[in-house]
Amino acid sequence: MNTGKICMSEFTNKMTGARALIECLYREGVDTIFGYPGGAVLPIYDELYHSKIKHILVRHEQSAAHAADGYARATGKTGVCLSTSGPGATNLVTGIATAYMDSVPIVAFTGQVPSSLIGNDAFQEANITGITLPITKHNYLVQDVKELPKIIKEAFHIASTGRPGPVLIDIPKDITTEEFEFYYPEKVELRSYKPTYKGNKQQIKKAVEEIKKASQPVIYVGGGVISSNSSESLLAFAEKINAPVTSTLTGMGAFPGNHPLYLGMLGMHGTKYANYSIQEADLIIAIGARFDDRVTGKVESFAPNANIIHIDIDPAEISKNIEVMIPIVGDANWILKELIKETEHKQHSEWLAKINRWKKDCCLHYVKNDKLKPQFIIEQICESSKDAIIVTEVGQHQMWASQYFQYTKPRTFITSGGLGTMGYGFPAAIGAKVGMPEKDVFDIAGDGSFQMSSQELATVVSSDIPVIIAILNNGYLGMVRQWQELFFSKRYSSTCIKDSVDFVKLAEAYGALGIRVQKQEEVKPAIEKAIASKRPTLIDFIVECEENVSPMVPAGAAINEILDLEVKK
Amino acid sequence: MKHTLAVLVENRHGVLSRVAGLFSRRGYNIDSLAVGVTEDPTISRMTIVVRGDDRVLEQVVKQLNKLIDVIRVTDIESEDSVDRELVLIKVASDVNTRAEIIQIVDIFRARIVDVSTKSLIIEITGNEDKILALEKLLRPFGIKELARTGKIALTRGAKKV
Repeated sequence: MNTGKICMSEFTNKMTGARALIECLYREGVDTIFGYPGGAVLPIYDELYHSKIKHILVRHEQSAAHAADGYARATGKTGVCLSTSGPGATNLVTGIATAYMDSVPIVAFTGQVPSSLIGNDAFQEANITGITLPITKHNYLVQDVKELPKIIKEAFHIASTGRPGPVLIDIPKDITTEEFEFYYPEKVELRSYKPTYKGNKQQIKKAVEEIKKASQPVIYVGGGVISSNSSESLLAFAEKINAPVTSTLTGMGAFPGNHPLYLGMLGMHGTKYANYSIQEADLIIAIGARFDDRVTGKVESFAPNANIIHIDIDPAEISKNIEVMIPIVGDANWILKELIKETEHKQHSEWLAKINRWKKDCCLHYVKNDKLKPQFIIEQICESSKDAIIVTEVGQHQMWASQYFQYTKPRTFITSGGLGTMGYGFPAAIGAKVGMPEKDVFDIAGDGSFQMSSQELATVVSSDIPVIIAILNNGYLGMVRQWQELFFSKRYSSTCIKDSVDFVKLAEAYGALGIRVQKQEEVKPAIEKAIASKRPTLIDFIVECEENVSPMVPAGAAINEILDLEVKK
Repeated sequence: MKHTLAVLVENRHGVLSRVAGLFSRRGYNIDSLAVGVTEDPTISRMTIVVRGDDRVLEQVVKQLNKLIDVIRVTDIESEDSVDRELVLIKVASDVNTRAEIIQIVDIFRARIVDVSTKSLIIEITGNEDKILALEKLLRPFGIKELARTGKIALTRGAKKV
């Protein structure tokens, strides 16, 4: 016999904090979360047990944060991860910092010890809101279950609007079991958070004047163009004013890589012609980019002849690293549409002819011989799967993946640009594949980076996530080795990791497909086999071990002082 | 260059450490910090006095504005504002020096709020210069303890920050 109490409960919508959390995730449209259980989140996992939300069990919490990040970058939606208190929460830290540096919208939920024990050095207690203060856009410690829905609503709003970024919500265990009257707010009211979307008309007018006057303009785009979904507007704008476009690492794919106006990446391992163009430009239009030190080289000699227009949604980025002439704060897409309306068609034929000569004379190149070159492998992956999503770890392979794969669409190149997190690629690839299952997803890895997250082979096998791991195995922590070769007289201190593991056996031990490739002619068949297998696959490419990333601007030099490194070989 | 920042924030736990973190990260020493609730009980006002490079400060102010709990940041110019600090000074005194100290306190329109056979506590309110001057004059008698509230400031006239 049902009593009136239960009817009453249905009528009044009473539920526990854990149930409310799941309810809020539904309402935010979350279909997948990445996580790892533990004592403080038992009530939440109990609710997940029969919920429609897909939970991907990773094998280390850091991977949960990276996977949420990869999911967000691939889909444009907000990624969600979940961990328990204490070590579970602190293991998220690197993933959260990675997302923060590259402005990726994720919401991280952490369990916390019961409210009554907070501050007591309780078992598995860590002050995670304190720890993540400088690496989150905002964070919350839930103190009253009645506030939980409002906090979750705000968190998703803050993470995904303005300049996106990670938000953390720390939930004490007692909050998840306490019952309350559920109410989900439809709107967010935050008096202190109102991002500017519409650019200032006066500033836009000034920018239009400068664009009109310029004879050697360059458009310099960053990850902001991708996160604001401005790629179409960017293309229309660049074509209207006929200005060449260069991209940062996180901006790859914002502008089609096969377009005649495209210059490739700029900066330390950018193309020579992108760097030369910046140095000779009389106008730079920076969009959603932040003049990072890897881009500018020596700041004092960056773009010495150029006036700079800087379009960014974050006012704190304006004149942070470099003084700009015309800042326009707002949404890149909105501002680009205004600029398209207000500017006139331009030609710049002399300027473009000069750039085309540079493109011919100093294109990206590597020495082709009978050895297995890492650059060749990237080219082959591009040939076999040109619409793939490429995710990378950090190091030499990351640079080759940026140089030798032609990205034509946004959200197809996913990499840790700001923090430079080794071990990011594999879990981020998991997130990308879960979010975009119809796409081929490659984790381009180094043998060093891959070993920082290799335990996730268990995740891809048990959850059947067919990502392809392409290890460019050179037996070194290659980028550090390259610097040791160039700047430390070849003293390879702690960078040789040859023969540390048999990657094919490792893959097989987890139940994944493992393929070893040692010759050029084996490359394409291996890639095609991996794609066709529809299984998680690891390809161990044994590559030329002392290949360098070229060209290169030495640290502290101006970006036109860019060197060819393989000439000596 | 010295700056006085008026920072209006949500009256919530954790806000102070968010604000302080932005200064400490950049090696900025906070000269003084005063926090209290405003006429609106949901808003607190922080008055922060800092010294340092203007460019770095500009960056700190922008970062402060980015904090979700920060409602508004204003750099208060000293010529357009009234600022005060309250200081309690415990100074050594005996029969021989008490009269002289009282005389000094009178000149400064300060007040004596505690007397014992060996000490006096003096309360003074004023701007920085006035307080410094009093401190200097009292120092020869032996200052045993000193506590200050930190500077608070309001802009002159009807307008609000």
